[in-house]
Amino acid sequence: MAAPMLRWGCRGRRWAFARVDGGSCHRRGAPTGSTSNQIRGESSVAQQPLHTAQKTRKGEHKWAAVVGLEIHAQISSNSKLFSGSQVRFSAPPNSLVSFFDASLPGTLPVLNRRCVEAAVMTGLALNCHINKKSLFDRKHYFYADLPAGYQITQQRLPIAVNGSLIYGVCAGKKQSQVIPKTVRIKQIQLEQDSGKSLHDNLRSQTLIDLNRAGVGLLEVVLEPDMSCGEEAATAVRELQLILQALGTSQANMAEGQLRVDANISVHHPGEPLGVRTEVKNLNSIRFLAKAIDYEIQRQINELENGGEILNETRSFHHKLGCTMSMRDKEGKQDYRWFMPEPNLPPLVLYDATSLPAGADPQQVINIDQIRETLPELPSVTREKLVQQYGMLLEHSFTLLNEVGLLEFFQNVIKETRAEPKKVTSWVLNTFLGYLKQQNLAVSESPVTPSALAELLDLLDSRTISSSAAKQVMDVKNRNPRAINKLIGLVRKATQSRADPVMIKEILEKKLSL
Amino acid sequence: MLGRSLREVSAALKQGQITPTELCQKCLSLIKKTKFLNAYITVSEEVALKQAEESEKRYKNGQSLGDLDGIPIAVKDNFSTSGIETTCASNMLKGYIPPYNATVVQKLLDQGALLMGKTNLDEFAMGSGSTDGVFGPVKNPWSYSKQYREKRKQNPHSENEDSDWLITGGSSGGSAAAVSAFTCYAALGSDTGGSTRNPAAHCGLVGFKPSYGLVSRHGLIPLVNSMDVPGILTRCVDDAAIVLGALAGPDPRDSTTVHEPINKPFMLPSLADVSKLCIGIPKEYLVPELSSEVQSLWSKAADLFESEGAKVIEVSLPHTSYSIVCYHVLCTSEVASNMARFDGLQYGHRCDIDVSTEAMYAATRREGFNDVVRGRILSGNFFLLKENYENYFVKAQKVRRLIANDFVNAFNSGVDVLLTPTTLSEAVPYLEFIKEDNRTRSAQDDIFTQAVNMAVSIPVALSNQGLPIGLQFIGRAFCDQQLLTVAKWFEKQVQFPVIQLQELMDDCSAVLENEKLASVSLKQ
Repeated sequence: MAAPMLRWGCRGRRWAFARVDGGSCHRRGAPTGSTSNQIRGESSVAQQPLHTAQKTRKGEHKWAAVVGLEIHAQISSNSKLFSGSQVRFSAPPNSLVSFFDASLPGTLPVLNRRCVEAAVMTGLALNCHINKKSLFDRKHYFYADLPAGYQITQQRLPIAVNGSLIYGVCAGKKQSQVIPKTVRIKQIQLEQDSGKSLHDNLRSQTLIDLNRAGVGLLEVVLEPDMSCGEEAATAVRELQLILQALGTSQANMAEGQLRVDANISVHHPGEPLGVRTEVKNLNSIRFLAKAIDYEIQRQINELENGGEILNETRSFHHKLGCTMSMRDKEGKQDYRWFMPEPNLPPLVLYDATSLPAGADPQQVINIDQIRETLPELPSVTREKLVQQYGMLLEHSFTLLNEVGLLEFFQNVIKETRAEPKKVTSWVLNTFLGYLKQQNLAVSESPVTPSALAELLDLLDSRTISSSAAKQVMDVKNRNPRAINKLIGLVRKATQSRADPVMIKEILEKKLSL
Repeated sequence: MLGRSLREVSAALKQGQITPTELCQKCLSLIKKTKFLNAYITVSEEVALKQAEESEKRYKNGQSLGDLDGIPIAVKDNFSTSGIETTCASNMLKGYIPPYNATVVQKLLDQGALLMGKTNLDEFAMGSGSTDGVFGPVKNPWSYSKQYREKRKQNPHSENEDSDWLITGGSSGGSAAAVSAFTCYAALGSDTGGSTRNPAAHCGLVGFKPSYGLVSRHGLIPLVNSMDVPGILTRCVDDAAIVLGALAGPDPRDSTTVHEPINKPFMLPSLADVSKLCIGIPKEYLVPELSSEVQSLWSKAADLFESEGAKVIEVSLPHTSYSIVCYHVLCTSEVASNMARFDGLQYGHRCDIDVSTEAMYAATRREGFNDVVRGRILSGNFFLLKENYENYFVKAQKVRRLIANDFVNAFNSGVDVLLTPTTLSEAVPYLEFIKEDNRTRSAQDDIFTQAVNMAVSIPVALSNQGLPIGLQFIGRAFCDQQLLTVAKWFEKQVQFPVIQLQELMDDCSAVLENEKLASVSLKQ
């Protein structure tokens, strides 16, 4: 399998980032509980940046990184995959647990139709082949929050296979050019989520919450077609947008609805793939990119220093910015996991040609019918934005990537006479700039779409100048400097007779801040 | 009254000859008198009396729910019963009270049946003797029958009477003993590789394994999910059909039940003529270990069909010899998987060790399971290991398909039912039985029953020792009614004798005499 090679020009920024990361890790010193091995690894990052290593070897020993992802997306459904219990985030512990979820002996799984439809829909959106017949298997391991001692999943014959995900990576001098990339999707499988364990080390006890146990997951396996943290992060972001557009998962990483494990290895191009590690606990897109780049760097340094890479599971510590081995006391796990789930017959899906005549629509799932209900996917939305408003492709990416920004943009467009290009520029540069500066989400913006639309109208009719409009934005955004400036003007006009506090009060009232 | 069949007592209830409460009390007192049989783990006296009271009201108001209303039944202790302890005869589940009823239990209760109690078994149904449960072995009521005792008196070598009692077979031995000793009219067993048919044969009962998918497994604590079927133990074929009628049908809680329409109720016609029938005799079932008595009865049964005009042909099931080892791999693999949930966390036994979760799991499972269960878990996990999976589990699945195809081929060649022995011989004394280990015993005892999907064991005659011998009819999947119809004809021809328990009953002669129990049916 050809792995994309690292290209230094475009990714210089990222490698610099990785160096800083390793360095900071070194400066902080070894975290308690980490081993000397890791400290050595981290020190070497700081002492011998990759950059230098590359130069001394004159490109003979270029490294290529290979990154594959396993993504678990919680299915957005009212009830669990195999039981009737509700699915709800942050409900009181163990309040959403059926007899089956608690694995009471004699209980049996009953497949949730909604979860199957969500899997088919996601598979179609990701250009997968939908298997008309898929099977369920048991993956065995003992863990306190897995009450049955096994997870029901689809290992041998999953519901969807052989798809692809197209995402865009920013490139060019100002990172302003979008290059489309494709990652192959190996499979999408339906499986159960586990419960949650809460370890109370003080009292040496573990508390178990089974609310999440049995919630439906889509495991999306991305082939190792990515080569760095940024690619992986962008691919995951695109998948997140697709899932949200489909409504098949809320895909909120902070709430654990989207969880990513990364498989990472490095090798010299043309040579066999290296030993891979698996990095877990990646609970934000930013950390995903960081963790992958850190791990690539660590492996390169380990190998260049004559070390070897162990096939192990590592976890990312976001405070330290580094990955650490999750030492598994039990040694190698054998999941004994191909055992077919004997309580579920094969899952059979139909399409228009195979649908049996007179079949009860409640009892069958028609792939073609689901295909017809597919909503607009992000790639199409972006194309439309480019065509309709003449914006650059990268602008359309930004509009979709920021939560709520597209809707804001469309509302402004609706209400203003200003040119779409001007709206795009104002929303993406001025407005988004202010939000970022003040660390606000679009939903938290003090500026409403109508206000911005009105401002752009004034600008359009040349009632105010562009710089005046920007000042208004400043005021609207409660930029203290802008308000102070206005206070200054009033004081000047009143020859300093007006009380500044009162001026401020009146101004704020007038500006309805 | 107690010796009657379910159908007969149901008629008596309808005619008001006896009330459900009277019937219930009679059964309860007999359960107490026969406690030494160890047939029941839990006697649900209060529940049964309350159900009887409600049934009585319905009869008074002319609102009987049907044939099963007011009928005492027993349920093997591996079916979940709401509010009633369900142990699987294991330390692991001692004290476990399920919050729900198995679908089959619920269906019986919905029909007005009275739940007398939960019956004994081999731990988690792993065994063929009903000797390996934590509550001790079940004694075969035939040990105390006049028929057996008289024969034994003639035998100068007979040993000490008290220690010479016979096993019931298993694993549903408690259910078999309960029906055989007249403490109830029907009982639920479970049948994976013979667990209902085997004790039925040893206790002189009808033991039926319906087609897989016809009866819900929801609430049955599994042995091998892909083979487990709730079994029915009754005194005659018609009774089995009544119970099947109440149980059969799709269950939204069990995705492996079939949605095909079923003829209900399962009324069995009386065959006047068997000349259109084709009976297959599988040649591979004539094994050297088969006792000459069973072999002779088997051949007489074939002759009977032939003499009445049926076509009797020899058929081949060429993969039969692989069935025991195939069953072993598949059974232990599913056992290993199914037993993983018993970790002491959510329910059941938990050890006192709390140094770590792993240590707690290990000690809990060591204390909770007997050697047989632990042995099967160990084998199963071995077969499911990555490096062994192809060589054992996958291979066994392929062999299972070949064995299943043997049956399909036989039926497709024009055979209506197969006639075979149920067991190699009659029941053996406990002391002899335990000379061999559980695995060896299961392999021998289930030799004719393990590979079979749908079949019924019918008691045929008494052996020279005065003990019941059963023969098995195997049918095509989902042709349960046809199979039982043939079995009913056969049952009528052989006139199997009723167990004579006077000596046993002498202990409770007061009960029997006072109530003027139909001694007709207890004597022959």
